[in-house]
Amino acid sequence: MMTRILLLGVLAVLLIAAPFFAYPVTLMTILCFVIFACSFNLLLGYTGLLCFGHAMFFGSAAYVTGYLLKTTGLSLELALLGGAGATALLGLFVGLIALRRSGIQFAMITFAIAQFVYFLLLRAPFTGGEDGMQSIPRSALFGVFDISSSFTFYYVVLGITVLSVWFFYRIVHSPFGEVLKAIRDNDQRVESLGFKPERFKLVAFVLSAALAGLAGGLKATVFQFATLTDVSFPISSEVILMTLLGGLGTLSGPIVGAGIIILLNDYLADFGEWALIAQGVILLLVIMFFRRGVVGELDRVLRKIRARRAS
Amino acid sequence: MTTEAETLARTVLSVENLSAWYAESKVLHGISFDVREGELLTLIGRNGAGKTTTLRSIMGIVKKRTGSITFNGDQLIGRRIYEIARKGIGYCPEERAIFSSLSVKENLTLPPVLQSGGMGDEELLEAFPNLRSRASSQGTKLSGGEQQMLAIARILRTGSRFLLLDEPSEGLAPVVVKEIGELILRLKARGFTIILVEQNLRFAKRVADRHVVVENGKVVDILSAAQLDSDMERVQSYLGV
Repeated sequence: MMTRILLLGVLAVLLIAAPFFAYPVTLMTILCFVIFACSFNLLLGYTGLLCFGHAMFFGSAAYVTGYLLKTTGLSLELALLGGAGATALLGLFVGLIALRRSGIQFAMITFAIAQFVYFLLLRAPFTGGEDGMQSIPRSALFGVFDISSSFTFYYVVLGITVLSVWFFYRIVHSPFGEVLKAIRDNDQRVESLGFKPERFKLVAFVLSAALAGLAGGLKATVFQFATLTDVSFPISSEVILMTLLGGLGTLSGPIVGAGIIILLNDYLADFGEWALIAQGVILLLVIMFFRRGVVGELDRVLRKIRARRAS
Repeated sequence: MTTEAETLARTVLSVENLSAWYAESKVLHGISFDVREGELLTLIGRNGAGKTTTLRSIMGIVKKRTGSITFNGDQLIGRRIYEIARKGIGYCPEERAIFSSLSVKENLTLPPVLQSGGMGDEELLEAFPNLRSRASSQGTKLSGGEQQMLAIARILRTGSRFLLLDEPSEGLAPVVVKEIGELILRLKARGFTIILVEQNLRFAKRVADRHVVVENGKVVDILSAAQLDSDMERVQSYLGV
């Protein structure tokens, strides 16, 4: 317990000190993707649902949040909530359709709807089409606090990320989360206890969509633009990679995975297409040698050491 | 021979002419039997006779089925699994169905309370003291007997008064089988109605009121406990032992 508190303390100090040493925008990108990866982990890691088009929530919330900030003059937190609310609704709609099927069919339906959303946003007049939505203002937080500098804004993004991870933690450790894990193990067994699994899956899907929306909206305010990239398939596949790389169904795995992928993308940016090849190689290596992901494998090694010490 | 008490008891579950299919292959061929309130009925028969399929058909897990299954007057055919569970039928499958991601305590407290009269968490831990000491272990780390206890304990929480138990003695040491037998008798004494699928005839004999013999997806005989005692030869010929 003491070690855990100590570790969290060190992590807190590092996170608070980080923008003094690193570029705040990169740090904020990592934080946005941490939320996004958590939302995906809730579905795949804890409910066993592989959504193949999670970028539809991330990207459409980026546009909705951006649109609200540009046209209505809402304060930042309301615009973010608006984006997350819109994607929760989209999640409800997609969930009602896709959850009629399971496994690969579910994955394909989410993929198809994500493509549909992509083309809808490409054609919609308010998105700016291929040019994207530019100069999204960072309006004051709660209408009062100036957050125009990236250095200050980092702490806002950090706060929202900590809250989101905490929210995610509460979900997976609640009785509701236990039912989700049981559904992942075997949904027929859960049903024979008197639960209606679809209802739980739908709530998990909507929560995940809302969390992904929050991540997307936040990203749009970090970069002050929203583009079709945010809603495109590579983003959907990147979040799968983050979750698998970090460790599926572990709390901190996708957080670590998001950090590794964003930093890699950042370092490999100069090599153009090679970044994608590097990602492919990494995925291959993870599948071959780190089946539980980085955190999962680390956890296994630590357990082994502890067991050896105990005996 | 039926006693007066047996004929007076109300029929809770009535299976009539039940046929069931796994994909294209027909597994049950018109099964019929009744279960009375408070009764402990066993389904006995060889491997592959259709005993488990009968339980799975009652529970709605086998989807393709015809005939009639009425529970307290309600037709169960066409109903979803969770709807059947909510009517007050608790199902404990052969593979024990412990959720591997959850701890013993979480497995125990997972099921919803569907009807009043279920056992509370504290009451369950008192009734199953082994589980209390293992509460935080992972569910699948328990021994076979403990897993079986957990699987039965779990459905008692829901308030179901009608239990379907699929081979609870399978693969367990004799001393554990004895414990499970005592548990089942305690449940019966508390007024639970139980259908027990068993291959272990000695075990079945000790606990049951009546035995339904299933062979090739059909009911070939229904025996009272007394008939089973007096006519062991006949039963053993059914089971091929």
